[in-house]
Amino acid sequence: MADPIQANPISTRSPVTAPAVAPQAPAAPGVAPLEVAFAIKGFSLWYGANQALYNVAIDIPARSVTAIIGPSGCGKSTFLRALNRMHELTPGTRIAGDLRLFGEDLYAPGIDPTVVRRRVGMVFQKSNPFPTMSIAENVLVGLRLNGVNDRVFLRERLEQALRMAALWDEVKDHLSRPGISLSGGQQQRLCIARALAVQPEVLLMDEPCSSLDPLATAKIEELINDLRSSYTVIIVTHNMQQAARCSNRTAFFYLGKLVEYDQTRTIFMNPSNPQTEAYVSGRFG
Amino acid sequence: MSETRHIQPAAAQHSWRRFKSGAMAGLLFVCALLVMAPLFLVLYFLIREGASALDWNFFTQLPKPTGEAGGGMANAIVGTLVMLAMAAVIGVPLGVMGGIYLAEYGSDRANDWIRFTADVLNGIPSIVWGMVVYVLLVVPFKTFSAYAGGVALGLMMVPLVMRTTEEVLILVPQGYREAGLALGIARWKIITVIVVKTALKGIVTGVLVAMARVAGETAPLLFTALGNNFWSHRLSEPISALPLQIFTYAISPYDDWHRQAWAGALVLMAVILILNVSVRILSRGRKFK
Repeated sequence: MADPIQANPISTRSPVTAPAVAPQAPAAPGVAPLEVAFAIKGFSLWYGANQALYNVAIDIPARSVTAIIGPSGCGKSTFLRALNRMHELTPGTRIAGDLRLFGEDLYAPGIDPTVVRRRVGMVFQKSNPFPTMSIAENVLVGLRLNGVNDRVFLRERLEQALRMAALWDEVKDHLSRPGISLSGGQQQRLCIARALAVQPEVLLMDEPCSSLDPLATAKIEELINDLRSSYTVIIVTHNMQQAARCSNRTAFFYLGKLVEYDQTRTIFMNPSNPQTEAYVSGRFG
Repeated sequence: MSETRHIQPAAAQHSWRRFKSGAMAGLLFVCALLVMAPLFLVLYFLIREGASALDWNFFTQLPKPTGEAGGGMANAIVGTLVMLAMAAVIGVPLGVMGGIYLAEYGSDRANDWIRFTADVLNGIPSIVWGMVVYVLLVVPFKTFSAYAGGVALGLMMVPLVMRTTEEVLILVPQGYREAGLALGIARWKIITVIVVKTALKGIVTGVLVAMARVAGETAPLLFTALGNNFWSHRLSEPISALPLQIFTYAISPYDDWHRQAWAGALVLMAVILILNVSVRILSRGRKFK
């Protein structure tokens, strides 16, 4: 088992996890001696009669990037959407198990999914800036519609979010242009800025680069790298190089089950499960 | 089984096919022209018969008593506009909100029933609407009124507006709703500020189409607005409307009233054309990505 502190050099910068924290003795896969963002046990999900997730148990550390890989239909997007209860938009879904964010049960009765989603933001496969809104309006819509009206604050947050999404320099002179006037890659970064502007605790990304060219993809990977010191990022990707490049930990899903979850390096160099090895070496999926 | 002979026809066969293809295309083109012909015929007759009676007085004066020359349809034009406005006040909010329910909230089962009901309502003959409103509003209040006419037209607009609103809302990609939800925005705010706004042009188009449709209705006004040769000073009085005035004049035995009826029809047609042209202009920019 690799030393988690070494494998996650970023964690030493985290204000919460002091570098002096000793790695807890032999960490089983899925148990990291880092602050845990999502603690998930025995999580299953059904679409009507079809079971999409089987008994998933995983601890996702805070302030790091976790990649979720697996062939199409393996349940990785479903899993991601269950993390902020977006799957509930599909009628007839049902869950079982325990899913906690920083200790709080997100599925407890009385928990408003709207509040969950304010804490757990999401960026989608297809960029979707609101077509009736300008660049600035797109970034600020989450705050404005949640009742934030302080102009100075909004102005600061606008710049901060666009800088974090590595878009500020490209758009700062025409913030009032329509969001959909931007290029595809810029639109996706605009969506990232929009998600970051409400300062969620976790950012979920569902194949954020799958419709982008390599240059735009590189920009987004770079910004994911910059985010990891302050954000918990969970990214679903079909692109294994992308998982290898920008994640600290990787989870491999197959047929609705979590097959293996470990340091990204371990998953790609020395996986313990033959299915994982077959998938990461491109022999199926 | 494939027969290779058919893939490369002989030259003679080839030109015969080209002839058949050309003939059919020509026939279809003629049919398409025939579809357009009635509109031009209508416009031709309206202008030939009505234009001569159209003058400034037509828009500013009341109808003159029998035997007196001149006069106009000012009260009918205003009456039509007043009742259209009242119809919009009733039909637009009910129709748009019903459409939002169908597109955003309703379960499949509920929606099936609502859609079926709306489609049946769309098929109800307009005179039946007039009779229903007669029983509901004219009989209890013991008077024909602008209110009753506006309600009859408004009720006719509801199912029309509802279905077009639903259709354009469904065209708004699901991704926008998801993006809004993922930002932790309440659902009703997403629907009003993002989804409806995105589809606004389409909704306005639907409203204009519905208004154009009811603007020319005569039957529902016969039992409700009744008609009036003078100005209506209160909305609780009988009121004139262009289609009613046209009807009254057209069945009269006087030549100058006939000419006025033609002129009224021309004005009514112009109102409807303007509504339809607005629809075209609005819907030109209606694209969702």
